[in-house]
Amino acid sequence: MSAVPVDLPRWADIALVPLVSVAAALLVAGLVVVGIGENPLEATALLLRGALGSAEGIGFTLYYATNFIFTGLAVAVAFHAGLFNIGGEGQATVAGIAMAIACLALPALPGFLAVPIAILGAAAGGALWAFIPGWLQAKRGSHVVITTIMLNFVAATLIVYLLREIIGKPGSMQPETPDFPAGAILTPMHQLLAPFGFTLPATPLNSAFFLALMALFAVWLLIWRTRLGYAIRTVGANPRAAAYAGISPAAVTMIAMAISGALAGGLAVNEALGVQHRLVLDFTAGYGFVGIAVALMGRGHPAGVGLAALLFGVLYQGGAELSFDKPAITRDMVVVIGGVLVLFAGALDGLFRRVIATVLRIGRGAA
Amino acid sequence: MRLGSFAAAFAGVVLSTVAALAQPQPIKPAVVYDKGGKFDKSFNEGVFIGAEKFKTETGVEFRDFEPTNDAQIEQALRRFARDGHSPIIAVGFSQATALQKVAAEFPNLKFTIIDMVVDLPNVQSIVFKEHEGSYLVGLLAAMASKSGKVGFVGGMDIPLIRKFACGYVQGVKAGKADAEIFQNMTGSTPAAWNDPVKGGELAKSQIDRGADVVYHAAGGTGIGVLRAVADAGKLGIGVDSNQNALHPGKVLTSMLKRVDIAAYNSFKAAQDGSWKPGISVLGLKEGGIDWALDDNNRSLITPEMKAAADKAKADIIAGTVKVHDYMSDQKCTM
Repeated sequence: MSAVPVDLPRWADIALVPLVSVAAALLVAGLVVVGIGENPLEATALLLRGALGSAEGIGFTLYYATNFIFTGLAVAVAFHAGLFNIGGEGQATVAGIAMAIACLALPALPGFLAVPIAILGAAAGGALWAFIPGWLQAKRGSHVVITTIMLNFVAATLIVYLLREIIGKPGSMQPETPDFPAGAILTPMHQLLAPFGFTLPATPLNSAFFLALMALFAVWLLIWRTRLGYAIRTVGANPRAAAYAGISPAAVTMIAMAISGALAGGLAVNEALGVQHRLVLDFTAGYGFVGIAVALMGRGHPAGVGLAALLFGVLYQGGAELSFDKPAITRDMVVVIGGVLVLFAGALDGLFRRVIATVLRIGRGAA
Repeated sequence: MRLGSFAAAFAGVVLSTVAALAQPQPIKPAVVYDKGGKFDKSFNEGVFIGAEKFKTETGVEFRDFEPTNDAQIEQALRRFARDGHSPIIAVGFSQATALQKVAAEFPNLKFTIIDMVVDLPNVQSIVFKEHEGSYLVGLLAAMASKSGKVGFVGGMDIPLIRKFACGYVQGVKAGKADAEIFQNMTGSTPAAWNDPVKGGELAKSQIDRGADVVYHAAGGTGIGVLRAVADAGKLGIGVDSNQNALHPGKVLTSMLKRVDIAAYNSFKAAQDGSWKPGISVLGLKEGGIDWALDDNNRSLITPEMKAAADKAKADIIAGTVKVHDYMSDQKCTM
């Protein structure tokens, strides 16, 4: 998708550019921390220790990473088809609604049936909500950037209405559904690993993490090992050439968007089915938008998305611990640090590519 | 005086003389705010003000935290609990589920939740009768309005805000039976609570339709509502904290939801050993809800208006006037 035709060796493209971006972002973020009178090294240490220094920290980090893997993959799949899906929030919201309706309508099912049905419901809901802009793009030429973000607001309004009038818990101040039936939830990791002799502290991490890892692998298979993936990449690279080769860009656009939406639905699975065990208003909490940064930073490759998701997980969990231990570093500061990271990894990516290409050329020339 | 009657609501806890004689106990209080954030000039800031007041009076420091998502709420509550903080105030209805878990894990610590009920032996639940206060400001709005048209700008169309709106409508109708009321909600995403620009636009559109008094229950969005109304030379009504001073002479009154006193009392009671769990429902009678009258709006409130509001307040307390609570049946029928 990048418009800058800078030739880089594969290893530099995959590893070096993101690393330089992250390092530059950390440097700038460190300057900001100095600006408010805190020690940036100490802050970084606190952040890392908070995110990775204890079993509980790691649990939270991986829980956040689970959300970011799903939303990052959603954006990445659409990227490969040349589409910029920024509607992850709305797609996850509708996925949550579909899943909640499935869970609450089928209370008597045993877990091994209820959970798959709930997950499929979430995928279907997300796919539907992304299919609409895909169809509009393919058949009407309405740009997905506009339609996906508009549908975010439609989804937000829909969930407020449904939670208040239809599926909400009566008499509750909090707009939320009743708790899902006990069978229709995902097992928390500390319970899942207890029989194997691991005693872990209670964290929101649950078996949706494995689903996210499977999704990473499945997307890799899809994009690089299937016909459909080839069609998606071809349409993304050049829709007219794809049409010439007998691939229908319209069909691929709609299919890629539906897959993208289904992946965004994983956010609802982790949050509602895995952690909160009910549907709560605003459960998406901006994870859908962070997915864009994750996909950009991960360069659209599942391995990159996984690593970027982990990085943002560290930032979210470590950031919370940081503002806990250092009240001077407020949650807004943590947003600034995340914003700088997104800026460097996404927008200024091209800058470093050029610099690195030049450096590498000089290096080769000298040798 | 109000403070005393308020405290009495805590399950008849305050044997103030006994409390005063009791030795202050060392406490480590903490606050976990709502996702709206600490400085919203309204709900959360009220809690902060109450906690600050306790700090200046007693010199006891408190810790606080502003969560950005639901996972962080539980995390923050547990962190504070693990560090032995008590009492811990959970601000807002969205913390109920998290508090349910954490309070059960730490049965020896004290927790207070505002705007929601958590039924555990170590949790104090404080809920407010917002509809009563909204009724009073609605009555005042109807009396202050020259056009017979008044407005309401809510944050999001959720039950809590309907509760405000429903009380307001009843008050307006009580003041002027044929008054016209415009209602708008700001949005359906969390941004709805912090969108002063949109709040201002909604207020302007209501003013264009003839409204000359506009009440808001929209958190940070309300700042824009009050500004737009003041710019247009009309009257606004503040909410939660006393917002009369934001635009002196342009804010008719504020519907006070005394979360500041709730926070202060929770800390204070823990310190003098009189803290008790259970549910407190705070309305006009308990002093938890009121309308604001101070130097900034005294010229706007005529003696007749004051008399009418005082009478309505007395009637509600006496039970002769019943304000319908939207939460009781999820309907606003009158």
